[in-house]
Order: sequence, then structure tokens, then C-alpha cells
Amino acid sequence: MRVGLFVTCLVDLIRPSIGFAALRLLRAAGCEAVVPVTQTCCGQPGYNSGDRTAAKALARKVLKEFDGCDYVVVPSGSCGGMIRVHYPALFADEPEMRETVQRVAKRTYELTDFLTNVAKLETPPGHYSGSLTYHDSCSGLRELGVQAQPRALLAKLPGVKLAEMRESATCCGFGGTFSVKFGDISARMANNKCEHIARTGAGAIVAGDLGCLLNIEGRLRRRGDLQTRVLHIAEVLAGKDGVCK
Amino acid sequence: MQVAAMHFKRKAAENLGNEKLQRALEKLQTKFVDGRAAAIAELPNFEDIRDAAAEIRERAISNLDRYLLRFEREATARGAVVHWAETAEDVNRIVAEIAAKHGVQRIVKSKSMVSEECGLNDALEARGLSVLETDLGEYILQLAHEPPSHIVAPVVHKTKEDIADLFEDKHHRPRTTQIAELCREAREILRPGFLAADMGISGANFIIAETGSVLIVTNEGNGRLSTTLPRVHVAVTGIEKVVPTLEDVSTLLRLLPRSATGQSITNYVSVLTGTKGGDDADGAEHFHIILLDNGRSRLLGTELQPILRCIRCGACMNHCPVYQNIGGHAYGWVYPGPMGSVLTPSFVGLANALDLPNASTFCGQCAVVCPVKIPLPDLMRDLRNRQVERHLRPWQERAALRVWSWLAQRPALYALGARIAARLLRLFAGGKKRLRHLPGASGWTNERDIPAPAGRTFRDLYRSGRHT
Repeated sequence: MRVGLFVTCLVDLIRPSIGFAALRLLRAAGCEAVVPVTQTCCGQPGYNSGDRTAAKALARKVLKEFDGCDYVVVPSGSCGGMIRVHYPALFADEPEMRETVQRVAKRTYELTDFLTNVAKLETPPGHYSGSLTYHDSCSGLRELGVQAQPRALLAKLPGVKLAEMRESATCCGFGGTFSVKFGDISARMANNKCEHIARTGAGAIVAGDLGCLLNIEGRLRRRGDLQTRVLHIAEVLAGKDGVCK
Repeated sequence: MQVAAMHFKRKAAENLGNEKLQRALEKLQTKFVDGRAAAIAELPNFEDIRDAAAEIRERAISNLDRYLLRFEREATARGAVVHWAETAEDVNRIVAEIAAKHGVQRIVKSKSMVSEECGLNDALEARGLSVLETDLGEYILQLAHEPPSHIVAPVVHKTKEDIADLFEDKHHRPRTTQIAELCREAREILRPGFLAADMGISGANFIIAETGSVLIVTNEGNGRLSTTLPRVHVAVTGIEKVVPTLEDVSTLLRLLPRSATGQSITNYVSVLTGTKGGDDADGAEHFHIILLDNGRSRLLGTELQPILRCIRCGACMNHCPVYQNIGGHAYGWVYPGPMGSVLTPSFVGLANALDLPNASTFCGQCAVVCPVKIPLPDLMRDLRNRQVERHLRPWQERAALRVWSWLAQRPALYALGARIAARLLRLFAGGKKRLRHLPGASGWTNERDIPAPAGRTFRDLYRSGRHT
């Protein structure tokens, strides 16, 4: 099957290793992974800031770029949720778009959801040894039902010891532009998350969304924690490919 | 009540730094979040009841005119008088007229958020009437001259030490921090108030169309005393509280206390129907029901209509990570948390509550716990859309979004921009793995670092073919 990887703007800009890890996982699962090179942003910043015009323009672009793929896979529950759940709502007033939107939306999956439920990846190529704790990112969890999938995949790595934190499903405070508009509230939420992480004693905090990871890492480091590793689930499952070092 | 929603950011910042408040807010998790989880775990078919509850409320709201007229007919037939109030001022005027007509001097009140919406206490006191709040939380706030910070637990922002200090100061009795002692002290003061009152004012959790009844749920018994002991009972509530039948309300009652306080049922459920009849041992001789619009009917037929389903359980705020960290007063009006972030702009005007619909990460937990399935994040997003349509957002934000969207539609230019941005961020990081400051990003960097980009963008590396 032909799988289009939607890299996401944050991964493109800040941590390309996550995109390459996702590619590696898709190939390990036997997929033909393609990366439409003109892709940019899913439109979520505009959509959540009340600018539907901007959101629609970018959504149309994504739909055009990925319509030819059997599946669209996103290493982010947030952007995945945007395409799968919110595109149909965004175009509800354009009946002529309905078919295209539904077609792409239905085929769009968050990475771990896709690997577990569609591609049925048996043996992730990564090696990880040590304890880690997993943060459930909001959109993945509540819009796409991503909760058991990442844990099931992690359980396939023999060296992984999962130490669950308290309130793993509570928002880390990122929320896109919220993190800047309401910086102090956002940082307090991140701080609460860091305390729960610290109490597990885990060597790494893992999540499926780079937005949350940047927020959590930003707060962890400012608190003086330089030890705890902050990793995307794709990086753990695929093994580091060296880009990031 | 005065609207202070424009001061959200300042108030939120103050509250984040208020250690006593932060300690008080810790109760939310143990008392309300864990309590609700345990209470709904007892129901094997919680999701089915939730579907049914949402359907009941939606049916009521979609046929509001019909059910309200039925309610008026049935209540009137049983001796009550139904008043229609378009605004908060109308409510205050009608209550004052009722008081004057019946020669009322002393009023006891059971908890009512709609009366907070109207500023009813101040209006009545200005007319020389004495008003005593009898819900323990509301009584404490009346002593402290503070507004409620939560719709179910109005005094959740105070610790028991705060209340001990307040009681010592106002009651002139020896200070105690024993909760049972504090309750007894309040009860001793309130009891003569009930006995002396000529009028009781209550809210309504539901009004029932088929019987013309007013239903209230309480835990302290003050609601029953306030509504049955004085000669006159005035129930003040919003028009959206109507429910078609007793059967419907019994479904809703399975969810309301569980969602609100984690109780399977409240200590008291009072169904008040008509005036005191010949054989009745107790009850008010005069029963007035005031139904307030105050902006509610404006929401009918709009994207925001689902908020009218709200049954005021407070679960959305209890589970909101923003509310949990800043408390209710930051929201600046009667209704805090996610439901308030929809109601306040709707009732007091979008321009008077600009921050509220934006003060959410859209984590979605409010919608998950809402017993009547109100899609709160979608409603907040709708309000954000309206802010943009009416040019109510700061021009810098507007411009930034436009530039972003314009760039993101031009892949080659966007790729160049991303490349430059990655380089610039690395330059600012000065060879370190993270940035401590970045011009224009103090909202982030005041309390967090920015992890520095790895170097080249994904797009660049992918194009170069080294990792395909």
C-alpha cells in the first residue's frame, strides 16, 4: 500500500529525525512510503485561531497533495485529528468538497494507530533499554482514540520498562498558540506535567506529538533537569537514525 | 454582577502566584475528579444514559417555546404565578414588586447562580430589604463580600483556615478550624434567619413542563427550609432549564450529582409543585416563578445552541486544566471554566470577554466529561471565529496568521523560510541545545527554554536523498 507521510511543520523545522523515524517504521511495516514534497502545514493554527479562510486554503492544499495515497499517516495526533476530524467540519458548508474530504479524512491515521491497527507492525526495528514514561497527547487521545496503540508497540521492545505517570492524560499546556498567548498558565501546566514525570523516576518521557515534547522539554530543562530524555514515540520505535546527533 | 472578564490575564497571573489559592484548588482533583470517576464507574450503562440525557436536553431546547408555555399553564393551574423576565433588571424589579406586594422585610436565599447573574442581592438590599444567603458556601461569601468562584462549590477557592479567620472576625466567637464546629456555628446563626424570613428565594435545577414543578437538588437542607418555611417562595431561573416530563428529569438526575460532586444522589431532591394546599403541612402560600432570558433565546438556532443544554454540574471546570490552575475568579463573571467561556461572551458580549474563548488548549476533556455532551471546544472555536470575523483580535495576531497562511501556500518560499528560521534559531541558541530567550517569544521563554532545531529541515534532508 502507498502511504503518504504528512511530516508536520514542527517536525520539518525542529526535529527531522522524527520524520525519518516514521518513514523507517512505515517501511518496516511493509508500506511504500511517499513524502509529497510540496506539503507544508495542515492549517490548524488558523483553524484554532478563528481564521477559517486561512485554514481552508491550507486544507485544500493538503487534500490535493494526499488524495492519491491509500493512507495518510501523521506522526502527530494533533495534525492527524485536524485532517481526520476537523476537515469534514471545516468543509461542512461546501457540499461539493464532501466526497474528497471524506475520502482523505477516513484514510488519515496517527502513526502508532496506523502501525497497530492497519499495517500491523509486528517487530519495531528500534532498540531501547531502560524505563520511560508516556504522555497521552490530547488530540490523539480524545479525537483519535490513541492510547493502547503506543503502549502496545512499546511493549514489543524487550528493553522498555514503562513507568506510568499520574495524570498521563492531562494536557501538558501546549495548545499551539495558547502556549504563547497564555504563557504563564501554559508553563504552570507544563510544570505539573514535569512533576508527574519526575515522580516516576523514568529515564525518558515519550509522547506522540512534537508540540507537547517541545513544551515539556522546555520546562524540564528550565527546571534544571538535563538528564531526562525527551523522545518522540517514532524515535523510540525506529531507533535513532543519526540525523539528530 | 459586574463583568471583569477583560482582566482575565492579569487575574490569572495573580492567582497562579497565590499559594493559598493553589492549595485550595488541590481539592478539585481528589474531591471532584476522582469522585466523579468513582460515581460513574458504578453505572454499567453510563454512556447510554449520557446519550439519553443529551437527547432530552436537546429536545427541550429545540422546542423551548412549547415546553415553556406548557410549564406556565401547569404551574399556573396549581396556584403559582409565572413571570417572564427579559433582562437581569427585570428579575430584580419583579422580585422587589413581589416583596412589596406581600409586605416582605426579611429574605432567605438558597443557592442560585441566576440570581448572581442579576446581582439580585445588591438590588434588594438597595431597596432596604435584608437578604441572608443560607447555602454554607454562599453564606461565607456573603460575609466575605466575594463572588462565587465555582457554580457548584462557590467557596472552593478558600481553605478552612480562611473560613476560620472570617468566622472569628464576623461572628466574634473563638476561632476553630474544625469543620463540624464551623458548620454548627453557621447553623446557629442561620436558623433564626429561616424562622424570621417572610420570603425565600431559590434557583431551579430543572423546571418540569408536564407538572409545572420546580426541582432543586441540595445537600444542606437549606434549600428545603428556604422554599417551604417562609410565606412567599420566589424561584428564579433561566428559560433553558425546562425539561418535558418527570420521567425525563429522573434520567437527568442520574447524571447531575454524579457529574457534579461524585454523589449517586444529593441529600435532598425537592420537587416543588404549586402553593400550599388545604391539607399540606408545609409549603409557601405564594409561589412565584421568574423565568429569565438575558441572552439565552439569542443562542437558539445558532452554532452555540448546544450550550443551552447545560445542566450546571460544573464537571467541565473541575476537569479543565486551565481552571484547575487559576480558579474561577479569573474568568471575571458568574460562570467560570469552559461553560463560562462560552456563556460569558454570549451573555455580556464578545468584545467584553475577548480572552475567554481563547483560554483553552482545546484538550477536549470538558467535552469528554460533559453529561449532556456539549461540544465545548467546538463552541469556543466558534466564538474565536466570530472574534476574527468582527476584527476583535489584535492586528499583530491577525497579521502573523495571514503571513503564515500565505507562506504555507507557497511551498518553495515556505521551504526557504523554514531553512532560514532553523538557522536563525540555531544562531540564537549559540551552539547550545536550547534557547533561553527569543525576541518576541517571552510568553514562552519566561518560564521555559526553546529546544533548538536540529539543523537542516526535514525537507532539505529528504531532498538531498541521504535518508530516503
